[in-house]
Amino acid sequence: MGIEFKKETFRGDYTFSNSPEAMKRFPFPFDKDSYMYAVNMEPHTPVREGSVYYNSFDVDEHYVSEMADRAMVLDEDPLRCQSLPHMELHGWDLLELIMVEKAKDYPDLFQLTRDGDKWHWVNKPLGIDDKFTFMDASTLPYGPMEYITRQTQGDFCVLDQREDNLWMDAGMVTTQADWSLDFDIGMNFFEWHAPVPLAHEKGIFVRALKFLLNIQQGAPARRLNWTMTVNPLLDTSPENYHKWGIQKTTLTPENVGKKQHLRVELQTFFRLPRSNGLVFPIRCYLACLEDITKFPKWGRRLHRVIRDLPEELATYKGFIDNRPMILEYLSQFDDGAETSPGVWPED
Amino acid sequence: MSAAKMNVRVTDVVEVNDLVKRFRFERTDGELMPTFSGGAHTVVEMDDNGTRRLNPYSLMSSPTDRSAYTISVRRDDEGRGGSLFLHNHVKAGMEMVISNPVNLFSLDLRGRKHVMIAGGIGITPFLSQIKQLSAANQGNFELHYAVRTPALGSYVDELTSQFPNNVHVYYDDQNQAIDVEGLLSGQPLGTHIYVCGPKGMIDWVLAQATAAGWPENCIHYEEFLAPEPGKPFDVELAVSGKTIHVSEKQSLLEAIEEAGVDAPYLCRGGACGMCETNVIKSDGEFVHNDHWLEEEEHKSGKKIMPCVSRFVGKTLVLDR
Amino acid sequence: MAKTEFPKSIISRPVYGELEPRNGTSHLLIADGEGGQAILDVVAKADDGFLDRAHIIFIPKDTKEKYVSKLESLGAKQCYTGPSYEAAVSRIRRVLSDASNGLQIYLAGSEGVMGQAQREAMNVGYPFQSIQTEHRGSKARRMQCVHCKGITEDVITDPFVCSHCGLNLFVRDHYSRRLAAFQGVCIDAEDPGNVPDPVEIL
Repeated sequence: MGIEFKKETFRGDYTFSNSPEAMKRFPFPFDKDSYMYAVNMEPHTPVREGSVYYNSFDVDEHYVSEMADRAMVLDEDPLRCQSLPHMELHGWDLLELIMVEKAKDYPDLFQLTRDGDKWHWVNKPLGIDDKFTFMDASTLPYGPMEYITRQTQGDFCVLDQREDNLWMDAGMVTTQADWSLDFDIGMNFFEWHAPVPLAHEKGIFVRALKFLLNIQQGAPARRLNWTMTVNPLLDTSPENYHKWGIQKTTLTPENVGKKQHLRVELQTFFRLPRSNGLVFPIRCYLACLEDITKFPKWGRRLHRVIRDLPEELATYKGFIDNRPMILEYLSQFDDGAETSPGVWPED
Repeated sequence: MSAAKMNVRVTDVVEVNDLVKRFRFERTDGELMPTFSGGAHTVVEMDDNGTRRLNPYSLMSSPTDRSAYTISVRRDDEGRGGSLFLHNHVKAGMEMVISNPVNLFSLDLRGRKHVMIAGGIGITPFLSQIKQLSAANQGNFELHYAVRTPALGSYVDELTSQFPNNVHVYYDDQNQAIDVEGLLSGQPLGTHIYVCGPKGMIDWVLAQATAAGWPENCIHYEEFLAPEPGKPFDVELAVSGKTIHVSEKQSLLEAIEEAGVDAPYLCRGGACGMCETNVIKSDGEFVHNDHWLEEEEHKSGKKIMPCVSRFVGKTLVLDR
Repeated sequence: MAKTEFPKSIISRPVYGELEPRNGTSHLLIADGEGGQAILDVVAKADDGFLDRAHIIFIPKDTKEKYVSKLESLGAKQCYTGPSYEAAVSRIRRVLSDASNGLQIYLAGSEGVMGQAQREAMNVGYPFQSIQTEHRGSKARRMQCVHCKGITEDVITDPFVCSHCGLNLFVRDHYSRRLAAFQGVCIDAEDPGNVPDPVEIL
């Protein structure tokens, strides 16, 4: 099952697109016709071979281009990757976790050879072949967290666990839904979620934190989150909002199907053994409305979810102004027929 | 969501002194042990003549050594029997089941200095923490270790020879005592203090540190409570539709498990919060022994930690 | 006239209390402006001996002479009055580098000065949860521009103009202890030039 890596852009001319195979495995986030916050955690164990839930760290056709986009973001703004001084051990934990899991899940793409603390890492898609000493940062071109997350799709929040809370003390954040690592680094779980409306009142974060504090080694968890983005722009950062915000106004009834993207985050949570911390990867998948509505169940359901979403959430997710146009487009795919439960398109 | 388990073989049993034995576990499948962080524990499962016992013990081996885990167990002749079983029945070659490591007593890695205070067998979590710190060249720690007599000072020689400038040992039989007040004064900002030992020692250090104006978040302690025996009582489990009997020497959690009802746990010592259970109905008095619930929750009669807490009265219905 | 009233806000917005004397081996009290009165008040509540171990650092700002002589005549072991926070910060760092656990920290006055002094204490390992704060006087905010990262001090209107890059920013309640600043975000990104009239921050 070789992956054909696409050469594409997530900015400027936006040549990004999903192949039909990629759409079949798109993590459509709605298991029913309405949406409200929920803790919705489940064990991160393999589900349906070929799905994005099958491997610990999913690698897909966008891998090489996403990593090139990340490198561009970091060249422009190195503050997107930061680690407070006590977080280096967490970085080694993360490097080990990703290397071991990727080498196991994709042996044709990634190889790891370990002889004590002498490690040899081969990343074929990116053409990397490095020998280094585990736990000796001077033998790597970057710190351990930056090194491995420049080679792994998705943003990474690396959390320290103490005082019965989780603290966002390190991270690599270049594909975010409008939040700033530079601003949020050092905050605890409740603080970095502070701007999220409605969920605090529902006690969502108290319950989620209790769950996360007890995540065990070797027993990761996952959940989905979502928002909407105009153009396949990975870097919807607050840092650059004054540049990309205007793109939201370029939507027309003619281009909405191709330009408006559903942005899904596959969030996973792994215990980091040496540091007793937690890593919280946030993997972003984009798909335009036109591609999503090719699956009749998804078309019907997305229309109903967007239509019935509370105003606060549509505002927070940043598409309140465009909602009427999005609904106008989606309504043509909703014939009112019943939809089956669950996220899978064909079930 | 209890911790995952693994099958291990006891590969070594060493008598450290009259009261303490050390056990070494290796995986039966030949795989490496999971890495862990200093201060973590494992839960050891025992079949003590038909009674299932699950006791938490701190890992004392180096977190970087993945060939085996070691624990040290102090024999408690008055206890419910877990330590006696390990001392009297567990021999090299036996197969056992232990849990993946769980850490409820980890170092604050921001600490600019770590001051550790141990009493007796409370030394064990510090053994792995010290190994973690020294492997990372973060050697800024002091250990103050109180033992009864030189003969009962587990690992004193090893510690003092490896870390002669960091380790201070105090012998009860020579009327030596840790000068907690003196120890707490003059420590630079960013110093964290960690205590593990008998309840009296923990309470004493906490009181002294609070009186001296130490910031609360710089004070850490670990106390595994053994479930206290008590009068037998009956409990109705509403979800599973069973009525169970909790015997005198059994914990409520153990009785729930014995009835075949799955209940989550991590520490089995009243600290982690995992087994927190809602009370649906009660007519009687709770005997709360945990560190987890707030005082108000204890008073509310709405929650119980079945690993260490009990009940005296007519009716108790739980949401299990 | 104790605590300043703030509207109900999000969880990352700092909450201020009222200074109370605590047990400690030494006491560091830092205030600006009207915070001078909060120091006088907490000292009035303290036991004998408190002042023998107290170090007061005061930046009068527009209260000028109002509190200076009162604070100086309290009889604290050390009492310093400085022209600005920037002038005082090296002294604060020196005091913290020498201090040991048992130190109590009391901050009063504006959010900007309390936040920056808190950050200095955190940088040497003092847990922010144990630092006491009391808001007095100006509700001006210290703002980080999320776009250019520049800090604009003493912001009293929403929106405001970033003093570094010139973008029109709206004032969020999202607060970073590490930066000791609130977040400012471009208000007219989706409709350039459409900037509402500034209103005073509450």
